[in-house]
Amino acid sequence: MSTGEKLVQMGIAVALFVAVVGLMLFLADRVKSRRGEVLQTTAFVLPAVLMIGFGLLYPMLRTVYESFRNAGSTAFVGTDNYHHIFTDHDQLVVLRNTAFWVIVTPIAATVIGLVYAVLVDRAKFEKFAKALIFLPMSLSLVGASLIWKFVYDYKATENDQIGLANQILKWLGFDTYRFLLTEPWNTFFLIVIMIWVQAGFAMTVLSASIKSIPDDIVEAARLDGVSGMRMFRFITVPMIRPSLIVVLTTISITTLKVFDIVRTATGGNFGTSVLAYEFYVQSFRSFNTGLGAALAVLLFLLVTPIVVYNIRQMRKLEAR
Amino acid sequence: MTTTTPELTVPPAARVPAGTKAHTALTNRWASFAAVVIAVLWTIPTAGLLISSFRPQADVQGNGWWNFFTNPHVTLDNYRAVLHGSDTDLATYFVNSIAITIPSVIIPISLATMAAYAFAWMKFPGRSVLFVAVFAMQIVPIQVTMIPLLTLYVNPPFGLPQLAGGDAPGGGFYTIWLSHSIFALPLAIYLLHNFMKEIPAELIEAARVDGAGHVRIFSRIMLPLMMPAIAAFGIFQFLWVWNDLLVALVFGGGSLDVSPLTVRLAELSGTRGQDWHLLAAGAFVSLVVPLIVFLAGQRYFVRGLLSGSVKG
Repeated sequence: MSTGEKLVQMGIAVALFVAVVGLMLFLADRVKSRRGEVLQTTAFVLPAVLMIGFGLLYPMLRTVYESFRNAGSTAFVGTDNYHHIFTDHDQLVVLRNTAFWVIVTPIAATVIGLVYAVLVDRAKFEKFAKALIFLPMSLSLVGASLIWKFVYDYKATENDQIGLANQILKWLGFDTYRFLLTEPWNTFFLIVIMIWVQAGFAMTVLSASIKSIPDDIVEAARLDGVSGMRMFRFITVPMIRPSLIVVLTTISITTLKVFDIVRTATGGNFGTSVLAYEFYVQSFRSFNTGLGAALAVLLFLLVTPIVVYNIRQMRKLEAR
Repeated sequence: MTTTTPELTVPPAARVPAGTKAHTALTNRWASFAAVVIAVLWTIPTAGLLISSFRPQADVQGNGWWNFFTNPHVTLDNYRAVLHGSDTDLATYFVNSIAITIPSVIIPISLATMAAYAFAWMKFPGRSVLFVAVFAMQIVPIQVTMIPLLTLYVNPPFGLPQLAGGDAPGGGFYTIWLSHSIFALPLAIYLLHNFMKEIPAELIEAARVDGAGHVRIFSRIMLPLMMPAIAAFGIFQFLWVWNDLLVALVFGGGSLDVSPLTVRLAELSGTRGQDWHLLAAGAFVSLVVPLIVFLAGQRYFVRGLLSGSVKG
């Protein structure tokens, strides 16, 4: 398709959508009776409910079903796929890496975000300082991965370096290092990318929360001679605890589903695959739909308790 | 209002014991130092790639970008090559990203606003059960739905036309639009419903007494009042779709004809991994739009982020 054709297709799709919805609402509006009420309700709710039903609910149930079937979905295999995930060596590496990601990323991103929020609070250049940390959040994870792949770029020690990380090693007198190839540390260098992206999110939410701590509490503590680290430890952190939990859980959820970084930076090679990436490989590369489905269901099971907890905390936060 | 950083709000000397004062001064210096270190760490990687995107190919591949400061050569060749070069051709993918993103923002937001209105202000049997069900679907990671959804597109039920494959209408865009719309709905309905509930019931009642139907109330009263919320979610959804890789990979059917920038960039990073002059320029071609959207809509963004990060 040419550029023009694509934009025409886009225009057609939007116009079609607006016309259908507009016509539906117009017709429903014309019928003035009890039947009209029913028609209007249907017109408002049905499109969204149908899309969710066919697009989310049915596929979800189907995937659970497929996870108990074999690679080509021709026979039932019971819990073999799940058994495979927890016994196969490669799959265990995937689980180990996923655990690293979910433990390290939320904690590191939250700590950095919190410390930075406290440090720049009420500083002269606060807005600018915050924007610096927050900008990575608006980038695609593909773009972020490219930015860091460039930092990690490897050349032999005697050559001119392109990557900043290896240049720093060289300046310090060390040999250069294959950041993305050396197991198992390469996983942690990928995690750095996610921390880099997520710290801005943590910082923004926590900063808003810090600013809402009542003045009199801080002032009272100050009169009692509390300051510096003790103020941070005994006043700031307890006061923003609910926000801290929301931030930690939110980043955990995002991290569990991490896919783009692994695919762009290493392609899941060199022992860096994680659950969400392995799902993609098994489903769309190896065409092992059974195992892929089981991995997706496992992801679902891991995410669910965190999401439920997260939503409950968030509602508490909003109710305050 | 004071802060936990003693750094900038210097407390009145009389109130603070001398020992604390010395301690504060010490933490101050370390505190400022730490802040600067974090800020630098967060900025340098992007700056390095940005500088590289303007350096000539030989320079980029020959030595580090920090040499730019002693040996400044500036060129736009990388951008020219990456946008219009026959083997990279990012201009085409830029158009794809736009063609994918705009309907994927308009469609779910319209449908979600309507559904949110129904859940908030229309009375029908099973309303609360249905709402809780929609709300609960937020939990589902999109991975769980992908293969069955793809199967539905290829072999649709009830004799509907095929949406994926070579003969599909719209050259394969429809599956991407539809998928993004579906995945956005539960969260969008939930958020917009919360906003709608905050509008006073008397306003709706008064309009109903005056004989206005639901469609009129929705279009004349609700839509104008909802605009800030719609904008907030619109910006969030825009960034989500523009930056997405997984949905485009799976539902674009691997056809580069309808792939967005992210897919193409990820591809280039694999096949042209050492051509950093192209990758650098390519990365910034893809970053410029979300950056503008983000800077323009920053104030709407935080709330959307906070409630939206569960998505996906």
